[in-house]
Amino acid sequence: MSKNIAIKVENLSKAYQLGQIGTGTISRDLERWYARIRGKEDPFLRIGESNDQNIKSESNMVWSLKDINFEIEQGDAVGIIGRNGAGKSTLLKILSKVTAPSTGKISGKGRIASLLEVGTGFHPELSGRENIFLNGAILGMRKKEIQRKLDEIVDFAGIERYLDTPVKRYSSGMYVRLAFAVAAHLESEILIVDEVLAVGDAEFQKKCLGKMGEVSKGEGRTVLFVSHNMDAVSALCQKGIVLQNGRKQISSAVEEAINIYQEFSQNEVLLWESTNENHSPRFESVAIDITGNQPYLTLNINARLVSDQKYAPAFITFDIKDDRGKTIIQSMPSATPFIQINQGTANLDLKVELTGLVPGFYSLSPWIGPQNTVTYNRQEDILVFEIAQNPTKNRVFPYHKSDGFISAPTSIQISYS
Amino acid sequence: MVKEEQDWTIEASSSLFDLKLNEVWAYRDLLVLLVRRDFVSFYKQTILGPLWFFIQPLFTTIIFTFIFGTLAGISTDELPKPLFYMAGITAWNYFADCLTKTSSVFKDNAGIFGKVYFPRLIMPLSIVVSNLVRFGVQLILFFLFMGYFYFAKGAHFQPSWAILLFPLVVVLMALLGLGLGMIISAMTTKYRDLSFLISFGVQLLMYATTVIYPLSTAIEKYPKYSWLIEFNPMTSLIETFRYGFLGKGAFSWEYLGYTSLITIVILLTGIVVFNKVEKNFVDTV
Repeated sequence: MSKNIAIKVENLSKAYQLGQIGTGTISRDLERWYARIRGKEDPFLRIGESNDQNIKSESNMVWSLKDINFEIEQGDAVGIIGRNGAGKSTLLKILSKVTAPSTGKISGKGRIASLLEVGTGFHPELSGRENIFLNGAILGMRKKEIQRKLDEIVDFAGIERYLDTPVKRYSSGMYVRLAFAVAAHLESEILIVDEVLAVGDAEFQKKCLGKMGEVSKGEGRTVLFVSHNMDAVSALCQKGIVLQNGRKQISSAVEEAINIYQEFSQNEVLLWESTNENHSPRFESVAIDITGNQPYLTLNINARLVSDQKYAPAFITFDIKDDRGKTIIQSMPSATPFIQINQGTANLDLKVELTGLVPGFYSLSPWIGPQNTVTYNRQEDILVFEIAQNPTKNRVFPYHKSDGFISAPTSIQISYS
Repeated sequence: MVKEEQDWTIEASSSLFDLKLNEVWAYRDLLVLLVRRDFVSFYKQTILGPLWFFIQPLFTTIIFTFIFGTLAGISTDELPKPLFYMAGITAWNYFADCLTKTSSVFKDNAGIFGKVYFPRLIMPLSIVVSNLVRFGVQLILFFLFMGYFYFAKGAHFQPSWAILLFPLVVVLMALLGLGLGMIISAMTTKYRDLSFLISFGVQLLMYATTVIYPLSTAIEKYPKYSWLIEFNPMTSLIETFRYGFLGKGAFSWEYLGYTSLITIVILLTGIVVFNKVEKNFVDTV
């Protein structure tokens, strides 16, 4: 291995079995074993395919990661980006040795500290001090090492007064701060962080980002960072790796990687098709994609309606809900019934302006009916789309939904007197 | 601080016999801390604290004395009944705890195992050592009983030289429980049924071990089936334990040797199977 390569990933793949595990496994295990002693490929692994979660398939093995190759140089901070289910977490799990790859190899240099979750192994009955030692040891620190760093950890977490109190009495913020502090002070050459920053208050998140920046830039350690917050990624990382459906799309400078990710996360068309054949009139299919750039995003909706006969004219709404199921936007092209419903199919194209919608996951629920109290057809949460870009340029600190869902484009004029 | 460069590789499959024992050594501090955690968290917020360790063997002894000793009238090799049972129970409990706790190690620790890597072998090892602490406390109770019967009741029993074998007996019990537990834990990650089997299986196994009766009585009453009890590797350990402390019991070097051999085979199988499963169990549990 060349001297300054910290991690080298070669032909890495990971297959998962879908559906029920445990039924008929003995016979399968025997089949696998028989194939192996004859030197054949695993009969159940071969039929796997790429992990596109929208496509149903006959095979019950999927490739969560497929033929991934990349190298990370020492001292690099690399952001791993991709949609939910793209394989990011699987990659981190393999790198942290939590699970083994199906094929391929990773070689590297230096100790790895991975933060897939904060506070792993914390015991509620033990005091803060005891948990620092326990958690540190779980992460691979020796007792002496923790002893040496104890003051620094306590200081960073800001829990000095509570050091000898059981952590079950901690506020959740203190708990998370302590957990992050332990991991951040681990003397490792490689630090792997998975979206742990989604917890804690804004001030602490800034502190964490600061600490991670310090780790990668100041101390020259290698950092792998997975996040949905593109601005945090671009602030922290110099390089980016984009994963989609278990395959590596690109590994490049971070700005380019983010652009590519945003391009295909936006231009991708998401499709829903009805499975109910009887109801009438009903939505037959809904397809959406997002175009434009923040803060001027447009949600394009194509909906197909089918009906077996003529009905009274209808009007239509599309509700957009946040990830907690609260409706935050209602789009209604007209408040009077205007869609003629005849026998056959009607094709509707809508454009919804999502000006300044803050990053996150949102779902779409269409409704159609002749009056606001009469429903022809209502479909709940049929499609989920993600907003990845920030409405406000260069904003690093996260958006909290309690502060609103729209970051309205605002102009300002200042005059001093 | 000067740190040596550590090179590592992660591969799809590694040698079956790569037991990673050096890694376990590197994480020895974790072992100590886990044992401490188990001990401390056991009695935090309880009134009786570590006294709880006494209660289970004490009551079991009383019940066994009453039911098996008095009601059923099973021989206790001329030893005071409570003492006979307590010797068996104390030793058996250690083995049984090691076995049952180890056998559910993947299920119990799925949360931690799914998030952090450390040599998984640390967990079953910490269970065995934690239980050793508990066993030590229960042993004190047994010694108190011994003293009480010897001095206050004037009971006749004479500890024998085999008391020197006590450390070996403890190690063999621990390793046997560990080995069997690891084999079962590895299998339960795929076949959940086994975890149902284990709790009553251990109970059945107790009756096939000389906890509530002496081996001599079993041979005398059931000459045709007593081989079942003799083949059970735990029998010789319980017998040696009793022979050492109370001077009564079937002891022979051949028998102890047989148990040692079985233990080593089971332990090695356990470690190999365990190491094989730990790499991918996160995906199936």
